[in-house]
Amino acid sequence: MPRDYTMTGQDADRAVQTGLAAADWYHTDVPRKQMKALMQRTDGPAIRDTVILFGAMIGLAGLGIALWGSLWAVPVWLAYGVLYGSAMDSRWHECGHGTAFRTSWMNDVVYQIASFCMVRNPVVWRWSHARHHTDTVIVGRDPEIAVMRPPALFRLVLNVFGIVDALSGWGRMLRNAAGRLDTQEVTWIPQSEQPKVIRVARIWVAIYAATLALAVALGSIIPLMVVGLPRLYGAWHHVMTGVLQHAGLADNVNDHRLNSRTVYMNPVSRFIYWNMNYHVEHHMFPMVPYHRLPDLHAAIRHDLPAPSPSIWAAYREVWPVLIRQLRNEDHFLRRSLPGTARPYRDDLHRDAMNGLTHA
Amino acid sequence: MNWTFACKIDDVDEEDVIRVDHGDRTFAIYRSPDGEFFCTDGLCTHEQVHLADGLVMDHTIECPKHNGRFDYRSGAALRAPVCVNLQTYPVRLDGTDVMIGLD
Repeated sequence: MPRDYTMTGQDADRAVQTGLAAADWYHTDVPRKQMKALMQRTDGPAIRDTVILFGAMIGLAGLGIALWGSLWAVPVWLAYGVLYGSAMDSRWHECGHGTAFRTSWMNDVVYQIASFCMVRNPVVWRWSHARHHTDTVIVGRDPEIAVMRPPALFRLVLNVFGIVDALSGWGRMLRNAAGRLDTQEVTWIPQSEQPKVIRVARIWVAIYAATLALAVALGSIIPLMVVGLPRLYGAWHHVMTGVLQHAGLADNVNDHRLNSRTVYMNPVSRFIYWNMNYHVEHHMFPMVPYHRLPDLHAAIRHDLPAPSPSIWAAYREVWPVLIRQLRNEDHFLRRSLPGTARPYRDDLHRDAMNGLTHA
Repeated sequence: MNWTFACKIDDVDEEDVIRVDHGDRTFAIYRSPDGEFFCTDGLCTHEQVHLADGLVMDHTIECPKHNGRFDYRSGAALRAPVCVNLQTYPVRLDGTDVMIGLD
C-alpha cells in the first residue's frame, strides 16, 4: 500500500496506534556534566556570524545594484541569493530552536527575518518543526519530509530553484492573510496560536506589496531582486544540503542513526548551513547550539554510522537509493555501525519495520 | 501538606536540575544560580519529555526535545512550543535534605 504522507490519513492513524508517534527515541549515553557543557548558550558566535551574514548581504545587494546591467552583476546577485535563499534556512532553523543566541530576543529577531526570507510563516513552521523533532520521518506525522517515497524527483529539481516551496509559501501567505488556515496546519498548531499565523501573513503581504509598488514606481525589477526573488535564485544550496538530512534512509523508526545523516562539508557550506551537516547529532540532542555540534560529533561519533566524507560522496550514496525507490518505495539504506557502537534499536519500531526490504 | 524527601542538597549542582521519582509521579528538582531549590512536575506540558535532561539557564528550564522554556520558580510557560504552565511544588530544606510538599 503506498505511503500516505497527509497528517490526517491512514499512516498518521497507524503511527499513533503502533506507538511510533511521540515515542521514546534512542540516545547515545553522554555524561550529564559533558552534555550540560555542550548545551551552554553564548551570544558570541551567532553575533559574529550574523554580522558577517547581514553585512555581506547589504554589501552584495549594493554592489549588485551598482553593477546592474553588467555581466559582473550576475555572480554578485547569485552570491546574495544564496545568503537570502539558503543561509536564511539555517538561521530560521537554529533561531527557531532558540539555541543560536543565548539572548532570547536575538533569536526571535533573526527568526522573524529568516522566516520572511524563506516564506515560512514563523508560527506555522515553529510548530511543524516541533512535530518534525517529535516524529522524525514518521509517515503521516512528520510534516517536513523533504523526499517522500516514491521520490518526486522532478519536484526536487524544481525546488532547486525554489519553485514549489516558495510558490506554496506565497500561496499559503495569501490564504492566511485572508484569514484561512490549511486543514493540515491546524492539526499541529494549537488554537491559541492560530491568530498569530494570520497576523504575520498580513504583515508580509504589506511588505511584498510595498516592494512591488516600488518596483512599479521605479520601472525596475531591482526591488524584487533584493526582496522575494532570491528565495528562488538562491535556494539551491539549502536544497542541496537539506536533501541529505534524511533522504534514502529509513522511515518509521525511533533511532535517529537509522533515519538521519551526518556529512562532512566545506567551511563555506558549513557557514551557510550553520553546521546542520551534523544532523544525527542535532536530532539526538537538539539542545546543543550549532557552534558546539562539532564537539558533540567528536563525543558520540563512536556510536554513529560513519559520516559521509563530502557532499559529493553523500549524493553518490543517496542517488542510487532514490532511483531504486522509484520502483520499490520500501527500499532504503541501512548503514553499518562501527564496532564501538551500541546496536540499532530496532526493537523500538519493530512492528513498523516488519516486511520492509533494505540494502 | 505532606513533606516528602526528594534528594540531598549535594545531589543537585548549582544552576542544574535532577529527576526525582516518587511512586508513580516524577518531579524535577532545581538548584538556582543563587543556591535556592525549586520543584516542578518532571514532564514537559507540551509532550511527555523529562525536563531533567534539559538546560537550566538562570531561572528557566529548557525542554530537551523542543526547546520550550518555563520559569521553574513559578512554572510559567515562557516560550513555544510550551503553552501550558508547569505545576510547581513547595520546597523546604531539612538539614541536608531537600523536602518537597505534596498534596
